[in-house]
Amino acid sequence: MTPALEATGLGMRYRRTWALRDCSVAVPSGRVAALVGPNGAGKTTLLHLAVGMLAPATGEVRVFGRPVRESMERIAFLAQSKPLYAGFRVEEMLRFGRELNPRWDGAAARRRLADLGIPLDRRVGRLSGGQRTQVALTVALAKRPDLLVLDEPLADLDPLARDDVMRGLMEAVAETGLTVLLSSHVVSELEGVCDWLVVVNGGRIQVSGDIDELVAGHRLLTGPAETADALAARMPVVSRGGAGRQATMLVRDATPPLDPRWTARPVNLEETVLAYLRAPDLAALPRPSLASAR
Amino acid sequence: MIEFHLDRGSGVATYLQLVHQVRHALRLGALRPGDRLPTAKEVVAQLTINPNTVLKAYRELEREGLVVGRPGLGTFVERSLGETSMSDRVRLRAELVQWVRNGRQAGLDQEDMRALVATVLGDMFREEIA
Repeated sequence: MTPALEATGLGMRYRRTWALRDCSVAVPSGRVAALVGPNGAGKTTLLHLAVGMLAPATGEVRVFGRPVRESMERIAFLAQSKPLYAGFRVEEMLRFGRELNPRWDGAAARRRLADLGIPLDRRVGRLSGGQRTQVALTVALAKRPDLLVLDEPLADLDPLARDDVMRGLMEAVAETGLTVLLSSHVVSELEGVCDWLVVVNGGRIQVSGDIDELVAGHRLLTGPAETADALAARMPVVSRGGAGRQATMLVRDATPPLDPRWTARPVNLEETVLAYLRAPDLAALPRPSLASAR
Repeated sequence: MIEFHLDRGSGVATYLQLVHQVRHALRLGALRPGDRLPTAKEVVAQLTINPNTVLKAYRELEREGLVVGRPGLGTFVERSLGETSMSDRVRLRAELVQWVRNGRQAGLDQEDMRALVATVLGDMFREEIA
């Protein structure tokens, strides 16, 4: 199946600094993908390249198999700054969207806002942060995109608004099957919501793949420190810790340790991601054939 | 109808949590053949999870022959679980009591035994998790 988004050899330079270098990554169609990384790692640059707002210095981006610049009407982008005009009424935002978008679904947008209890005659500047995000999301969904890209959609919201926005997004996925790529630096929020993970660190892609497979493929081992080196030599170790006679290792290996003095326990998404972010030289990337597999 | 709940950050994949909850409800008789499972959209509205995850769980249950998807209608329970007989349960319980006695004689406390049971269960059912 053609990936919804495919970047190959992507590079972006601001003056003499490379913001992104040699990034190759794919998001299969129908996925809800998370783009995760420390601040300044290149997340926003990667998203801007993915939606064609920036032209890359090297490499190319394809959306559903076509160059991104030819696929613009299939993409909706929700920037971190929520591009709404504070003086506009909600109604006027919708009219604005209708003028600019050939695939505009105004009826669905009105229905969605009514369900959310957001009045159409309210000025955008008088809405709460959560409501503003919901209006921006409604406008983005009314474009009937096949790929929806969101830059830190939850960053300035309280926990209740976060849950509401996420639920709205997940319901849209259930109804339309659209592909989502969203960036976040709060990994714990993504568990259960996203099914595909891309980690960008220091301008490079560090991890990319199915979240369930990634998490199930790692274990936290605990055992006697004097045997840790021998065990570590036999499998990829992402992080090591422990104190005194006890050692812990987060390993990329799902088989049970043969040595009975070692115990293994499953890890969650956040532990796995943090371990990789602390070890920027390690990568967990799919074989080329996995990138487009569902 | 079953109502799902989630233990986020438990390390158990979300789709497996849903699978386990359906199996559990089948064992307890809370779900019976013919019952409809909630649609992906209903689960999403309740739990704020990815609809693909719900579909993945239902595919897994379908693969096990526990449920069947009828296009346009929903996903329905096909057969129930938990056919262990009373006598089997009584016998297994007696064996476990004997095992705990042996453990205490060997100097194990409750926590030691729990850890041991958890390790063995983890090893035996690992293919389910991996």
